[in-house]
Amino acid sequence: MTGEIPTLLVELEALCERIGRRAQFMEVCGTHTVSVFRNGIRPILPENLRLVSGPGCPVCVTAQRHIDAALDIAGRSGVMVATYGDMLRVPGRSGSLETLRAAGARVRVVNSARAALQLAREHPDCDVVFLAVGFETTAPATAAIVLEAERDGVDNLSILMCHKLVVPAMLMLLETRDPGRPGLDGFLCPGHVSVIIGANAYEPIVERHAKPCVVAGFEADQILTGLVHLARQVAQDRATLENVYSAVVSAEGNTVAQKLVDRVFTVVDTVWRQLGTIPQSGHELAPPYRRFDAVQRFELMIGEDEDHPKCRCGDVIQGIVEPWECTLCGSRCTPRSPVGPCMVSSEGTCAAWYKYGRNLPGYSACAEKETGS
Amino acid sequence: MCLAVPGQIIECSGEDAVVDLQGNRMRISTILTPDILVGNWVLVHAGFAITQIDETDALETWDYLRGAYGDDFIRASDPDSANAIEKEDP
Repeated sequence: MTGEIPTLLVELEALCERIGRRAQFMEVCGTHTVSVFRNGIRPILPENLRLVSGPGCPVCVTAQRHIDAALDIAGRSGVMVATYGDMLRVPGRSGSLETLRAAGARVRVVNSARAALQLAREHPDCDVVFLAVGFETTAPATAAIVLEAERDGVDNLSILMCHKLVVPAMLMLLETRDPGRPGLDGFLCPGHVSVIIGANAYEPIVERHAKPCVVAGFEADQILTGLVHLARQVAQDRATLENVYSAVVSAEGNTVAQKLVDRVFTVVDTVWRQLGTIPQSGHELAPPYRRFDAVQRFELMIGEDEDHPKCRCGDVIQGIVEPWECTLCGSRCTPRSPVGPCMVSSEGTCAAWYKYGRNLPGYSACAEKETGS
Repeated sequence: MCLAVPGQIIECSGEDAVVDLQGNRMRISTILTPDILVGNWVLVHAGFAITQIDETDALETWDYLRGAYGDDFIRASDPDSANAIEKEDP
């Protein structure tokens, strides 16, 4: 279904010319964002095509108040916090899990939800709290360990639920007004999230908002194929749902995983970092499994977010600004010393620009301006 | 973080399996892919097989991952794995 890269580029150029104005497509997924940079796709795109990076990095959208809750727990005695690696350095109001670990707190990096469960089995003397982040690809793993913990009586495991849902965030971008937000012409939909939710999950975006949606893989030719399909739809003034990753993604998705998630979790309104509350965009544990909820178990008070006043991560993940338009980017905020979450995560838009995009026109012009001032 | 990588099922027992990720072996769960058999290729994410894929697609994906991320992709992304059980010599 994909073609050779030079051929795809020629076709994309011709389609963009036919559109006759600037076309703006959002790549929703952080894996797409990084792959676009790694493969050097940005500099070779047609001039009148803007690729906007969306809110698809789970680390970036985890609310600061939930990081603070994890810090609260990690600071207590008899507790071990387990989470995925990128979460360690995300700043809360004061410090990060990494700084707490350096100070002696028991914080463990896991690459699998099962590893968190295993830690609970191996350390019956302490409460293991799994800081569970991620989109639909990752949520079934959390649901599965809750069931396994219940079955095996692993009572010292609890979950700090931060899972998010992609489609409600995409709908929010279209349905709430913000004058700075770019008018999007279509979405490059995530590949591996779609393995779970299925390509049909994007139908509301096409049906309610007449925005083209194309599910694509993360390899260079797959991304370019996705962009060609999006541009073709816009050029032909139509909006449909297309799946150019059908070798991996089915229309219905993984129904076993969906049923597991529906059994263990309930869909709720939830807060996204710097985006506010998005209706029906997160999960909490369903009533039969609520005893595994870390907020309940530790009687946590979930406060408010208090991000750095100049941090513009929220604007970055909506495409309102590019990372280099943030005054902190590259000076106060770097991957080594991040202020905002988009500079922490390897899939964060700011980190990707910093690592791969500093020679691109916008970023370098901005850097020159700062140096001159 | 939503990236899943291809692996081949080496052993399978109930909902547990051992998957080969280009020489690295990892214990995973097949609870999300109950019909999986030894020899099948799957996409692995966060310790779980999330779907079955064709061998051709799996090998093409590995070619891409090696090119884009280097040979140490799995080792680099998996330094603290509690599920990594052995590593084959290349």
